[in-house]
Amino acid sequence: MASGNGDALRVIGRPHRKVDAVDKVTGQTKFADDLYLPQMLYCKILRSPHPHARITSIDTSTAKELPGVKGVLVGRDIPIAFGILPVSQDEHALAPDKVRFIGDPVAAVAAISEEIATETLDRIHVEYEQLDAIASIEQALANPEPRIHDYGDSGNLHKLVSLEFGDVEEGFEQAYLVREDLFFYGGSTHLPMEQHAALASYSADHKLTLWSSTQTPHYVQRALAKVLEMPASRIRVIACPNGGGFGGKSDPFSHEIVVAKFAMMTGRPVKITLTREEVFYCHRGRHPTLMWAKTGVTKDGHITAMHFRTALDGGGYGSYGVASTYYTGALQTVTYQVDRYKFQGMRAFTNKPPCGPKRGHGTPQPRFALEVQMDKLAEQLGMDPADMRLRHLVPENSLTANYLRVGSIGLGACIEKVVDGSQWRDRFRKLPEGRGVGLACSSYLSGAGLPIYWNNMPHSGVQLKCDRGGGITVFCGSTDIGQGSDSILAYIVAEVLGVDPFEIRIVTADTDLTPVDLGSYASRVTLMSGNAALQAAERARDMIAPEVAQKLDVPRDRLVFADSRVFDSEDPERGMTFAEAVQAAEGALGTIGTVGSYTPPKSPGRYRGAGVGPSPAYSYSAAVAEVEVDIDSGIVRVLKIWIGHDIGRCINPTTVMGQVEGSIYMGLGEALMEDMEYRENFHVVHKIPSMLEYKSPTTLDMCEVETYLISDPDPNGPFGAKEAGQGPLLPVAPAVANAVYDAVGVRIDEVPIMPEKVRKALKQKASGKEARYGPTSFPDIPWPEPIHVPTPWEGGDGKALQHEETTTGPPPERQH
Amino acid sequence: MLRLPTFTYLQPTSIDEALKMKQDAGPDGMYVAGGTDLYPNMKRRHQEPKTVISLSGLDDLHHVTINPAEGTAIGAGTTLSEIETHGALAQRYPVVTQATKLIATPLLRNMGTIGGNLCLDTRCNYYNQSYEWRKSIDFCMKKDGEICWVAPSSPRCWAVSSTDLAPVMVALDAQFTLIGTNGERQVPAGRFYNDDGIEYLTKRPEEILADVRLPAANGWDATYWKLRRRGSFDFPVLGVAAWVEWDGDTVRDARVVLGGVASFPKLIAAASEAIVGTDLNDDAIASAAQAAFKPAKPMDNTDFGLAWRKEMTRNYVKGALEELRNRHRKA
Ligand SMILES: Cc1cc2nc3c(=O)[nH]c(=O)nc-3n(C[C@H](O)[C@H](O)[C@H](O)COP(=O)(O)OP(=O)(O)OC[C@H]3O[C@@H](n4cnc5c(N)ncnc54)[C@H](O)[C@@H]3O)c2cc1C
Ligand code: SF4
Repeated sequence: MASGNGDALRVIGRPHRKVDAVDKVTGQTKFADDLYLPQMLYCKILRSPHPHARITSIDTSTAKELPGVKGVLVGRDIPIAFGILPVSQDEHALAPDKVRFIGDPVAAVAAISEEIATETLDRIHVEYEQLDAIASIEQALANPEPRIHDYGDSGNLHKLVSLEFGDVEEGFEQAYLVREDLFFYGGSTHLPMEQHAALASYSADHKLTLWSSTQTPHYVQRALAKVLEMPASRIRVIACPNGGGFGGKSDPFSHEIVVAKFAMMTGRPVKITLTREEVFYCHRGRHPTLMWAKTGVTKDGHITAMHFRTALDGGGYGSYGVASTYYTGALQTVTYQVDRYKFQGMRAFTNKPPCGPKRGHGTPQPRFALEVQMDKLAEQLGMDPADMRLRHLVPENSLTANYLRVGSIGLGACIEKVVDGSQWRDRFRKLPEGRGVGLACSSYLSGAGLPIYWNNMPHSGVQLKCDRGGGITVFCGSTDIGQGSDSILAYIVAEVLGVDPFEIRIVTADTDLTPVDLGSYASRVTLMSGNAALQAAERARDMIAPEVAQKLDVPRDRLVFADSRVFDSEDPERGMTFAEAVQAAEGALGTIGTVGSYTPPKSPGRYRGAGVGPSPAYSYSAAVAEVEVDIDSGIVRVLKIWIGHDIGRCINPTTVMGQVEGSIYMGLGEALMEDMEYRENFHVVHKIPSMLEYKSPTTLDMCEVETYLISDPDPNGPFGAKEAGQGPLLPVAPAVANAVYDAVGVRIDEVPIMPEKVRKALKQKASGKEARYGPTSFPDIPWPEPIHVPTPWEGGDGKALQHEETTTGPPPERQH
Repeated sequence: MLRLPTFTYLQPTSIDEALKMKQDAGPDGMYVAGGTDLYPNMKRRHQEPKTVISLSGLDDLHHVTINPAEGTAIGAGTTLSEIETHGALAQRYPVVTQATKLIATPLLRNMGTIGGNLCLDTRCNYYNQSYEWRKSIDFCMKKDGEICWVAPSSPRCWAVSSTDLAPVMVALDAQFTLIGTNGERQVPAGRFYNDDGIEYLTKRPEEILADVRLPAANGWDATYWKLRRRGSFDFPVLGVAAWVEWDGDTVRDARVVLGGVASFPKLIAAASEAIVGTDLNDDAIASAAQAAFKPAKPMDNTDFGLAWRKEMTRNYVKGALEELRNRHRKA
């Protein structure tokens, strides 16, 4: 484990405000839309009114002539395709020939005012030839034509995955009990408070600067370089503080490219701020996912085999979808031991806004299915579901059937905490009708083991400058999206160099000034940029300390960096200020600057698809939800949630709590109400893309939460820290569903758990039918022959069996 | 961002001046009070006045006048926050306070007025959409189009009356004072609304709602139950206002009014009949609930599915009437 400075930690593990807190609460923070440059133009985008159509003509002649209009762009002006993953470069800044969902960008205007730009949209005349629209997974399977894209595994099936670790059929034969269940997890969107905005400016010497509300400035820079055919060295992307991201600002977006292009065309700065409706069209949210899970267990609940199938409704573009598909099958194995495991996943293209990575990326859906199924299995076995889980936890420092390396695992402690806190043993199956408790667990990555595009460079870099005035500046490409990543850099450096974290300057998310960090996704930032910062700070300390030791004539190993001083631990009076220490070092060595970088450990999986799932460390959570269900209406009220989260170690317990509770809040929205609804029979239009009518809980709708943070430092985390931003969302929906069952005896195998569904299930129960609401069938999918990988305990080495490797196609996928 | 279009904003200082301005502006002119309904609608371009005439500076519209014997007058310009925190109103007309507290959010209630609430535009999720959205499916007859997307073969618009106070006012048989170019008139709340999503008010466009007169607070009791997705804020998908006049332990008169299920607050006469003359026993309540359930005809243009919303009518009418009975038995 990486260590700090001396034994006692002075900053790490203590509650601190965030470094940007004062700016935020006093309204000083400059979000992208707050930026204003002289001569700035305003951009608006014309979007497709059709879900699926060919563009036959676009007439911009009248639009171009309007007074105040400085530019009009259409697809052919920016013909190069882009996309976040190398394997799905299927987006265009503006659709060149075809539109794929209502809201797909078609043309853009830059004008001297937003009003003129808006009015001009009506003067662009686009002729379309409509094509049949694909509205659902079932329709995508039934209609290979018309194809939404001319790439993908077949027809309108974007991606098909089939992996088998050990022989599952043999595993089912050994089981005492085998269950098959169907689940559906509805689509939801991120709903950040801040709508995406971007401002581009192009200098006379041909350098481009883009300010944007993005979580991934490095990837945006890459996309701009590709689409604008410009060297990345001339492109500067600055990620402004994000007013929330949650994965919705992780792709390079059409509007970012369009304003950049306009800035180059006009020589004037160009800004765009999306409307809320456009944010719904950018989407990249939770994939609606249909799931079939077959699990075999022994009499005491040990999983002998699991076969899991998922079908994802991907929307109109690839986005992170290939990775999302793998993720719906990756983490089933890291909580409870699974002897043999088979996963088949399919992502369909449909004519809706593209789905992508939303908080938990691809894992909340299967986690919902798995945890509800565990509840059903436990009941059938006559076991307490908490005990059943506790008995079969994955051991620490082990390999799973699909070759994920689990390091520390504090899940047992999480379960025990919430079981005690909620008085589970006195209340489970013992509460009066209408009241219930439910338990569920989860796990999530602390950063993905592999980058999105193949390279062997670090995932995160930090440069650190120590000034002779005692000032410290940390430069890092990481992006603060409200989660507090800037603060993490300050706390870690402050710990090592013994200064006040609020005295440190943090410069982040600027591709000109800061070394690359891949971005704020996959819960990677604290672990990766934290480790990079730790390394840079330790190197700075190691540069400074010898000079101080010499000056003070104290052995190096007795020096302590604390209280903005460097001093002798045995004689604290003997020392100097940190500024003097830097001066001593600078005098001897020259300018004091260091770098740090972080690359995750290599993962043992060597089969195609092994790139998705590995992580330096997995976080764990367990939650108990208590609900009240009104039998007459089916309305479910969540009264309280107890959650235990294995954080490894808190860098700052206050911000960890914030992440845990924020995750619960978002999880509750998904569990109870959030739904990306489309009028499928009717033009596949988003039902109502507004903040008022896309129902998401408000702070007043939030339940009481009791949070237990479990410290079990992980050797791969900075000071042992693991992630907090996503994992705690996962157990919420299944815990609520299990609690509803405990309360009124009906299984709601589908989220959101809307009153209508509960009511229907209650009626079925009353009439003696299956007391359940949920999907009733899983479609026939033309699965490819699975890739067979022997498990570690079968003597496997992480590679697929040789003869399986004959499939053709792109090289091994390495998406996070 | 979604921006307001350009428009002329006028600020009259008297009702007469306001009427004159409206006359000058013609059909392109609209009144605005708190603007919490009108401005969002203007941003989405489904209400497009060129001239907006503010009523917020008119002192004559801004008052609460309590007369214990004759009743109470609330000026249309009184904000919802003022109403909800008005002690004397809460004492005499707790149902008004209760319903007001359920409207929108505290911030919106600081701006929103009772007049604006009672004149609230009808709502429909094919209509409360941006210009681009409506254009993408083609416009509907309430604005710019020919057809009704909720009921394509229907000759009329089914947009939903979504004001929380209207059903309460109809249940209380409040009287509305209207001032127009032809002078002042009174209409009962029940006759202020039309069963039509477009022409949802019976008043002439230039008429200003000046005040709302509540009957004297004696011998009756009322309550309002609101169904919505979130407890924090949301328009009603169902509102039940129930009013009963007691004669000892017997219901002498009653009104049950549903909001959120039609283009107007719908008085359910059969529900009232089912309880008049009873002591509000379970059977009477059940038949009133059934009577309300039958004609409730929610359309697929609000939050939630229609079947469930219709089913909830029964529950909510039952709940509201039980509340009234229990309160009476306790008293
Ligand atoms: C997010 C949100 C949630 C909401 N939730 C609810 C809710 O739960 N329940 C609910 O009932 N409402 C709700 N509203 C609607 C609205 O806020 C309230 O109904 C409010 O009382 C409207 O009053 P106002 O003064 O702001 O109306 P305005 O917007 O000023 O006017 C509304 C209409 O009434 C007309 N008008 C106003 N005053 C007069 C008058 N004196 N004479 C003649 N015509 C007049 C205007 O011309 C306009 O057509 C919500 C609004 C928003 C934005
Ligand atoms: S009910 Fe029909 S006509 Fe009226 S607003 Fe809705 S879609 Fe339009």
